Amino acid sequence: MAYVNAPVRKKDAMSLVTGKPVYVEDQIPKNALVVKLLRSPHANAFITSIDKTAAMKVPGVVCILTHEDAPKSRFTTAGQTYPEPSPYDRLILDRHLRCAGDPVAIVAAETAQAAERAVRMIKVKYDVREPLLDFRKAKDNPILVHPEDDFKALCPVGADNKRNLCSTDVFEIGDVEKELAACDVVCTRTYHTKANNQAMMETFRTFTYLDEYGRLTVVSSTQVPFHVRRILSNALEIKKSQIRVIKPRIGGGFGAKQSVVSELFPALVTMKTGRPASIIYTREESMTNGSPRHEMQMTVRVGADQSGVIRVIDLYALSNAGAYGDHGPTTIGLVSHKSLSLYGGLSAARFACDVVYTNTMGGGAYRGYGATQGIFAVEAAVSEIAAKLSMDPCEIREKNMVAEGQIMHTYYGEPCNSCALDRCMQKAKEMMQWNEKYPRKVLENGHIRSVGVAMAMQGSGISGVDIGSVEIRLNDDGFYTLLVGCTDMGTGCDTILSQMAADCLECDIDNIAVRGVDTDQSPYDTGSYASSTTYVTGMAVVKTCESLRKKIIEMGASMLGVSVDEVSFDGKRVYVIADENRSVTISEIGYASYEGHNHCLSASESHSSPVSPPPFMVGMAEIDLDPLTGEVNVIDYVGVVDCGTVINKNLARVQTEGGIVQGIGMALYEDIRYSERGTMQNNSFMQYKIPSRLDLNTIRVAFESSYEPTGPFGAKSIGELVINTPSPAIVDAIYNATGLWFDTLPVRAEDIALGLLKK
Amino acid sequence: MFTAQNYVMASSLEEAYTFNQKKANAILGGGCFLRLSKKRIHTLIDLSALSLDKIEEFDEEFRIGAMVTLRDVETNDALRASFGDGFYEMVRHIVGVQFRNCATIGGSLAARFGFSDILTFLLALDCEVELAHAGRMPLCEYAAMKPDRDVLACLYVKKNGRRAVYQTVRQTKTDIPVLACAVSVLNGEYRAVVGARPARAMAVSFDPADPDWISKTVNAFSFGSNMRASEEYRRHLAVVLLTRAYNAIREE
Amino acid sequence: MVVTITVNGTKYTDDISPDLPLLDYVRSKGCLSVKRGCETSNCGLCTVHLDGKPVLSCSVLAVRANGRQVTTLEGLEEEARAFGAFLADEGGEQCGFCSPGFIMNVLAMAHELDDPTDEEIREYLAGNLCRCTGYQSQLRAIRKYLTSKKEG
Repeated sequence: MAYVNAPVRKKDAMSLVTGKPVYVEDQIPKNALVVKLLRSPHANAFITSIDKTAAMKVPGVVCILTHEDAPKSRFTTAGQTYPEPSPYDRLILDRHLRCAGDPVAIVAAETAQAAERAVRMIKVKYDVREPLLDFRKAKDNPILVHPEDDFKALCPVGADNKRNLCSTDVFEIGDVEKELAACDVVCTRTYHTKANNQAMMETFRTFTYLDEYGRLTVVSSTQVPFHVRRILSNALEIKKSQIRVIKPRIGGGFGAKQSVVSELFPALVTMKTGRPASIIYTREESMTNGSPRHEMQMTVRVGADQSGVIRVIDLYALSNAGAYGDHGPTTIGLVSHKSLSLYGGLSAARFACDVVYTNTMGGGAYRGYGATQGIFAVEAAVSEIAAKLSMDPCEIREKNMVAEGQIMHTYYGEPCNSCALDRCMQKAKEMMQWNEKYPRKVLENGHIRSVGVAMAMQGSGISGVDIGSVEIRLNDDGFYTLLVGCTDMGTGCDTILSQMAADCLECDIDNIAVRGVDTDQSPYDTGSYASSTTYVTGMAVVKTCESLRKKIIEMGASMLGVSVDEVSFDGKRVYVIADENRSVTISEIGYASYEGHNHCLSASESHSSPVSPPPFMVGMAEIDLDPLTGEVNVIDYVGVVDCGTVINKNLARVQTEGGIVQGIGMALYEDIRYSERGTMQNNSFMQYKIPSRLDLNTIRVAFESSYEPTGPFGAKSIGELVINTPSPAIVDAIYNATGLWFDTLPVRAEDIALGLLKK
Repeated sequence: MFTAQNYVMASSLEEAYTFNQKKANAILGGGCFLRLSKKRIHTLIDLSALSLDKIEEFDEEFRIGAMVTLRDVETNDALRASFGDGFYEMVRHIVGVQFRNCATIGGSLAARFGFSDILTFLLALDCEVELAHAGRMPLCEYAAMKPDRDVLACLYVKKNGRRAVYQTVRQTKTDIPVLACAVSVLNGEYRAVVGARPARAMAVSFDPADPDWISKTVNAFSFGSNMRASEEYRRHLAVVLLTRAYNAIREE
Repeated sequence: MVVTITVNGTKYTDDISPDLPLLDYVRSKGCLSVKRGCETSNCGLCTVHLDGKPVLSCSVLAVRANGRQVTTLEGLEEEARAFGAFLADEGGEQCGFCSPGFIMNVLAMAHELDDPTDEEIREYLAGNLCRCTGYQSQLRAIRKYLTSKKEG
């Protein structure tokens, strides 16, 4: 294998680093209308009237659309496989405004200035209602976020809009109460994680136009082009066959763009006016009306015996869907599946959950997708029970961690076919010099140096649901075209899949021309989310290459006038095994396939996996804590990852480093906050701080690979896993420094300093 | 962002002053903070042609023009020779180099932001400002005034041997401060400045010989709560940072 | 107001609105590498050189560039390729959306600082946010680039 497991440069790298115009905004047609939105200042209100007369008179304004102009079919903007588990609870424009910033009117004008002016001149009368902002009070609250009768859930997720319920569920394995009663130590704590913004550098953006066939073409910064096609069809009440979606290069997603956010508005304008239209979300809009991580409150009960064997975990999670249920019923599932399953020897486990509607911004998909919240709660609780047992937090994990060969009862009963979690722990301890550093050292300046640990897992694609397809064509002269429907969002999947194809076809990677995504031309793929691309679409590449090789061999054999059993293919030529001098080159086969044949050489295969094998990780944080100011400085972070076979060493490492840093932000300062009226307070990069390069020191990454038999080349996923360890590892380190457990994220310097004062 | 209809390059300070008397007009500093406003400006007044972008050293003082950028004061050798790392410490946390290449000393002082690092540190030194009409006045007097329509031309920093130490706590390294403190000393006379309370920076003098100096000093300031911190934490931090700054200056 | 601005060596004379940010001006001249990532002067994506100094083109008004030299990544193609290759070999460009502004500031830093320490590099580039990489690969790329420049 020449390319798999090598640090291959991304195929699009040089165009990105030289600033080529490859993103949505760089390609907007010159005559496109500029679309701006009038947004609700209220978190809960009904529109009683809209007067757009004055606004329509602004020179350059072409159209102003309100709820009266918009289609009336409810839909979800969650990018999921149909039938979506997320309830159909939205309209493009609704009379009922359910969170601050909900769209009231769409303005399209020749210039941004004209559109902005018109937005200011629309006169709206609101019937303002009291907003429901505290998700802990939402269930059965008299304030209903979705009182409408046409609310519907396509899947049995327990949705009940008359109770503010987006979803509810419960499962139990064994007898939890009996096990808890039999434990020597039980640790109970309620954890609270906040909504976080993905803060990808490129905000939401889309442009639309009618093509030469009169079809709606949507060029958008999205992770889910095929889902966008279906969602737009639902929302606009037009046929799916009338829509084409194109994804150019996109400036980061992290799950944010697994929802339809900006696409609807220019699409409606183009449908109404026939003209190209574009929308570029401001950073403020991206912050206030994006698709953030769900805020959750989780109560964990962990029971263990005196020797540190964890026997039972009971977990209840309450999730804030916000105003709309996108990804609400699905994120909640990962809270338990991907936390409880870290522990292989549980005699009993229970998970119950409620996902509730409130008048805050609707949630969405953010890297980790519920696993991040659940793993924080469970891992923090496991560290606490270790402390109660006076046990090293690594030791309790070594004693209880899931191992290869076990059946994961809290993970759909899937077998654990590949797991190097034990080696990850060992390696992380060596790299961190854990035994020397644990638990703490007090420095001369009074600062405390301490360490903390956490484990994590995720899935690899959505088992039995999502699919990836690819097509590979042999062209004249013997180069290949690789068509993919998954979405490279900077992660490098176009390159990673080309690496696999090049190895399977035994050719130079430059001989693979890769192209994605255009729903008219790319083979169907559910999109890049749920850590699926390398594992699911990668397997489709392997299968497609096998089919294509077969066709190449057939063609070569027929050109040589022998049977297929008599020849072999080495990537460069098909040759007769018994007489290697008799051969045809791949170039000759390519040319020949283009002349007088009934079939060009092309193969396309799809792949969907019945399992979702988890990648695993151990994270360790070393912090410097100033006990007087409470400031925490993460001076070193070690992440050791088992993602199965590493396909691209550089890209896997950068994924890990980037995920860890996002996780550090979540642990220490990222926190979406609302005013008493329900408007977001930190709606900019000035107020919502993400880590700068001064906020970190070293991040050290290593890989301890297992081999996943169901994955391409033995690979599993990596993209989401890597955000999950920082919060629990840092909270553990803070405990080891201060003796205080913090259960609410982010843990701010203020909490620590005042906590120590009150100790 | 703001909108502006007209633009004038002022040819004299007096002309800038005249234009600035209209409430709809505004002086253009570096543009970094002005762009946060949604003001509808009639005329933008540019001071770029008035040679206010110089740092000049005289026997008794420095004169720093209003259009001098934060990056200029950060990297100026003469300021470093007189005040050590002081000016560098004052601005190093402010966003990034590109931002500091734009933002100006004049803009930072005239806005009198509560969170201002610059105002907090400079109040620890002996400074005056010069205004187009009001002339020279102590910085502490200027800082306490409500923003008015006069034009800030330059800042004077006395080279009288006063030493200052600047300490802050921030949520992230490039965020505005949760609390900003400076302590300075000249001939045994000590001064404490606290900014980002979150209200504007203020200076008080103190006598470290008094065993209660720290509580008395901290009690001289009012503190409040906002998104970044509570009043209680800020009060606690003031004790910690002023003590540290005092110890640092004593050890110098 | 009529201004004359040199963008990447080409002199343009235009009648522009006084509130036009330099960012939008250079994009209108085809310099599409220059990106906008925020409205609060915090992200560094829009970094260009104004008379050789790195500035935020979102905050500098185009009128302020009157009579001056503006350089964007398009004007430094060769240097961008030279450093960009190191970045690409670390996988440190990722989504690439912050790369142009980041590279403009790296090139400014390479001119301004001699032999910077890691801490000095971090501090110089603190105003360039990146959400993908966690910054480590960028630092590795800068180190290798500076070493290769030194070795000539």
